Amino acid sequence: MNAHKKMIKILSLLTTIIIVLPILAACSTPTPETIIQTVEVEKVVEVEKTVEVEKEVIVTKEVEVQAEQTDIRIMMAIPINAEVVMEDLLDRFESQNPDINVILDVVPYPTILEILPLQLETGEGPDIAKVSNIAGLYEYYLDMRPYLSDPAYWEENMGLTMEHMNPDGGNRISGFYTDVTVTGAFINRTLFEQAGVPVPSDTSDKVTWEEWAEAAVKVRDATGVDFAMAIDRSGHRISTLTISEGAKIFDDDGNVVIDDEGMRRALQLMLDWHADNTMPLDVWAGGDSYREATNDFINGNLVFMQSGVWQVGPFTDKIGDAFDWEVVPNPCGVVTCTGMPGGSVMAAMKATKHPEEVARVMEFLAAEENYHEWAARALYIPQHNGIMAKGVEYATELPQALRAFKVFGEESTRLDPLSYRLQNHLYGYVIMNAIRDRLTQALVGELTLEEALARMQTDVDEALAAAK
Amino acid sequence: MSEISVQPQIRRQTQKTVRLLTIPLTGLYALLMNAIGLMMDFIQKRIGIRKMAYIFVLPNMLLFATFSILPILGNFYYAFTGGTKVLPENRYFAGAANFEFIMQCNNYLDPSSCRADLFWRGLYNTVSYVIFSVGGILLFALITAIVLNQPIKGRGFFRGVFFYPTLLSSVVVALLWKWILQREGLLNAGLTGLGLEPVNFLLSAEWSKFWVVFIGVWSNVGFYTLIILAGLQAIPATFYEAAKIDGASSWASFRYLTLPLLKPSLIVVFVLSFIRCVQVFDHVFVMTGGGPGTATQYIVQYIYNTGFSSDPPNLGVAAAASLILGLIILVLTLIQLRVTGSGEETDYA
Amino acid sequence: MPDRIIPFLFRTRGHKQLHLTDFLMYFYLTLGTILMFGPVVWGFVSSFKTQAELEKYPPSFLPYANKTIEIAGYDRPLSMYTVKLDDGSVAELAQVRRVGIEAQFADPTNPDELIKVHVDQTEPLRSLTLQWENYILPLQRFEFFTFFKNSIIVTILATLITLFVNSLAAFALSKYEFKGRDLIFLLTICTLMIPTTVTLVPNFLIITKLGWVNSLVGVIIPAVASPTSVFLLRQYMLTLPNELLEAARLDGASEWRIYWQIVIPLSAPAIAVLAIFSVNWRWNDFLWPLIVLTHTEKFTIPIGLHLFQGDYQIEWQYLLAMSVLALLPITLIFAFLQKYITTGIASTGVKM
Repeated sequence: MNAHKKMIKILSLLTTIIIVLPILAACSTPTPETIIQTVEVEKVVEVEKTVEVEKEVIVTKEVEVQAEQTDIRIMMAIPINAEVVMEDLLDRFESQNPDINVILDVVPYPTILEILPLQLETGEGPDIAKVSNIAGLYEYYLDMRPYLSDPAYWEENMGLTMEHMNPDGGNRISGFYTDVTVTGAFINRTLFEQAGVPVPSDTSDKVTWEEWAEAAVKVRDATGVDFAMAIDRSGHRISTLTISEGAKIFDDDGNVVIDDEGMRRALQLMLDWHADNTMPLDVWAGGDSYREATNDFINGNLVFMQSGVWQVGPFTDKIGDAFDWEVVPNPCGVVTCTGMPGGSVMAAMKATKHPEEVARVMEFLAAEENYHEWAARALYIPQHNGIMAKGVEYATELPQALRAFKVFGEESTRLDPLSYRLQNHLYGYVIMNAIRDRLTQALVGELTLEEALARMQTDVDEALAAAK
Repeated sequence: MSEISVQPQIRRQTQKTVRLLTIPLTGLYALLMNAIGLMMDFIQKRIGIRKMAYIFVLPNMLLFATFSILPILGNFYYAFTGGTKVLPENRYFAGAANFEFIMQCNNYLDPSSCRADLFWRGLYNTVSYVIFSVGGILLFALITAIVLNQPIKGRGFFRGVFFYPTLLSSVVVALLWKWILQREGLLNAGLTGLGLEPVNFLLSAEWSKFWVVFIGVWSNVGFYTLIILAGLQAIPATFYEAAKIDGASSWASFRYLTLPLLKPSLIVVFVLSFIRCVQVFDHVFVMTGGGPGTATQYIVQYIYNTGFSSDPPNLGVAAAASLILGLIILVLTLIQLRVTGSGEETDYA
Repeated sequence: MPDRIIPFLFRTRGHKQLHLTDFLMYFYLTLGTILMFGPVVWGFVSSFKTQAELEKYPPSFLPYANKTIEIAGYDRPLSMYTVKLDDGSVAELAQVRRVGIEAQFADPTNPDELIKVHVDQTEPLRSLTLQWENYILPLQRFEFFTFFKNSIIVTILATLITLFVNSLAAFALSKYEFKGRDLIFLLTICTLMIPTTVTLVPNFLIITKLGWVNSLVGVIIPAVASPTSVFLLRQYMLTLPNELLEAARLDGASEWRIYWQIVIPLSAPAIAVLAIFSVNWRWNDFLWPLIVLTHTEKFTIPIGLHLFQGDYQIEWQYLLAMSVLALLPITLIFAFLQKYITTGIASTGVKM
């Protein structure tokens, strides 16, 4: 082999090494430096809102940090107004705890529902996640008790949370409620005024669903907006209607029985309302890619919307005082006037490789002043006996928001026990989703009400049988 | 300087720049290949020329075995087990229970008499989707190819025009069209402008099905047009001359000359589009989510829903359903190939 | 002339033939162009509109936005309208709020006095505005630069590896006789029939065991071995004369050298076609990256776009702007290489 060829071969080997090494580097798990960079970007954006001087300080601080950091990942699906608050809190935590680097992954909501369980089961997944299927994921929660400096604090203040996170009767301390929710109805009072229609809840404590429907239609016709009434396309929200109208869901032995008088009455109402255009078909008919009623309410195009307290934050942010929005008590059915409880918890995960650090992060976030700040600025309701005793000082002066919290607070004391039972049932979501999906089919005429009810039952039975 | 003499200069410049750019790349390529060659030559000295083929297929086979064959076997495992867990060790043996669940029907033609009504709805929806979209693709790809085969001005440009939508991501395509079709979208604006009533397309089962097919054809026709175009261009012009001399009308030469010679291309289009259309998912999911109701819920979405978005997910049924689907595709494709004479290229050189 | 023979599907009309069909052809082509380009153009133009503009119905083609004015005492700039007042006069006022049928206005010259008017008496003052914020905000706030970077890495690496692995296999399958060759070929064809959903979960498990979750490697590697690519390349390579290879062997070239110095350059058209498809597919790939990646800094563009379909609102203006950006590379490649792409596909199509 002549010298020329030899040289080419050597050069080739060197080139290969030079090319392959960076590729390998790109593929490996991210080094702390990479993460610092990402966080840095976030920080610089944040700080641009404040003083120039602070910007410089924070940037240099990042550079000083040692490479020996533990990464803790938090996965959440939250609206922007809440994201900003969480980022602030985490920044503060990091400055007090320079050996921990917290990364906030904001993901689409379906990812939490569909992909997170997959990851948790295979041992991948975040260290902490905000989950709404609280009972369903209980087997993945980390018991932080051995790592907490003050477990009694959690037991005293967040006993209810512990109850919900331990459906098997254990006493793990695994997290806290990011927001406790309750459903309720939003109305656009300004539209009522313009239409000259009196708001039914002004004169009566118990306004039925039918009365609201009638009033909403009158307002719509008088003001020329597009939509009178809407209920979120959700098994959870529709349960406020079904339970109020007398659906029992469970029989005396605890089996799920869907078809009864109350359920029929409620579903028939839905069918009627869609048939006479009281409710737009867009919201319920669309399958997975439905029209968001929220959007229309924010634009002042919807008179009455059944949703929940989690909208107060976004509404404060997006509507402000553009019109007078108000929360009215849950409408009444024949049997009762109830809403549905709910919420999400920030849960520590068993599969984490850094349980001590996770506990530190959680302790910080659940500390009374920090937890209060989270609730006050993100406009959420916490589950914390200490905070609730003093009341949350919400970081808004918007009268609509403050009044909304008052009404929701009252509503949460009037919830029917059946609502709690359904929500906290291990397979509550199976039931609610079955009702939601088959109702959609009935609304578009694919199934009759009879068939839909039968299918709801078989769906639930099959799912429960498969799960055993 | 006149325009005519400037052009060659510009062309030479661009050619130079292109060459300059490609030199480092080709150089890199040569270096890399030489480096690997060191190892390859070493191996070849040991095992000889013929056995090198095994080395060459090795990377492909390795990846293929790991990420295609193994998962299919895994799928079989899921299909015959039950439970809500993903990890194989957390599932229990269920025999043919999942298949029973799917196949149990009083009347196979009526989904509402079946235990897994959504599976059968999905299947029948898919059948009608496939018929219309494959038909639409064949028809429009043929017409477009014929038109593009003519000596029209800007032929290259138009070829690109029809091909462009195939490059777009189906997610983006679905979003764009959804936005055009919505209640206050562009199309309705146009209709009201013309004095017609606006239509809530995505709320109507028939319209949703139509639009889903339309977009499926819209975003794929360009690719198949090119295949048929290639087939058209391979037909020698002398054939047509001869036909004309014999007194054949244009329609006759099309029917008895063009179509038969296009058969291989048409078969390729038919088989490929069939396989793709049966597995339709992306653009439908984003645009209608299977709605209204389940009007546009096709079989792959059923599998996705069952295996992913259900709470709890039922991977056993999803796996069983996908095996049944695979079987159907296999059988139908074999039938197609048999019926159409397996499209061997006619040698007419 | 030979290629002036027009096969057409309508009845012959004597001497009017040429005219009518010419007209029909150009009509079809124009309609086709509008249909093919239209939606993207519409999306592009709309990506410059404000959110309010996007919700306006009927929509205007060009991006207009309300003229705004800053008035002391109000946090946000207010939109300007021409208002017909009750006394008959017309004034240009700033709208404070508007709900249902009633709107409240403030006179810029006299901001404390609020005037209430029925909406039918108002007309917005609009001007052509390009809302660049739609592009800037996502890039800043949502780390779209990171998404772009990841998409580029995935696309380029995946394409290079795909081309390499599949061309190597195609070479072996077309130019060598060895045991098991037909079996391998048959296997590859059969897997074409299985929908991807089937292999999704098992593949995720395998990735997990390999430790590739949330890494770009996990996104790139699994789909590299592509039966269609092997099939396509094999068909093409079959047409390469074996004498060429024999001659090279006699000259002392190793098999590997034959591969990369003879076979690959000769298969350039087919490889180019595959490269285009791979680039296109990887750039737009959605479902698999969605499952493998949940760490935000690893997201690719399609996942990023999906993020905008938030819980509460589809932020159409950002969605459109980022979609346009996502389409841009493909559109540019297409604009410049269009001729090669279309002729390349045509020529490989023949070899099938």
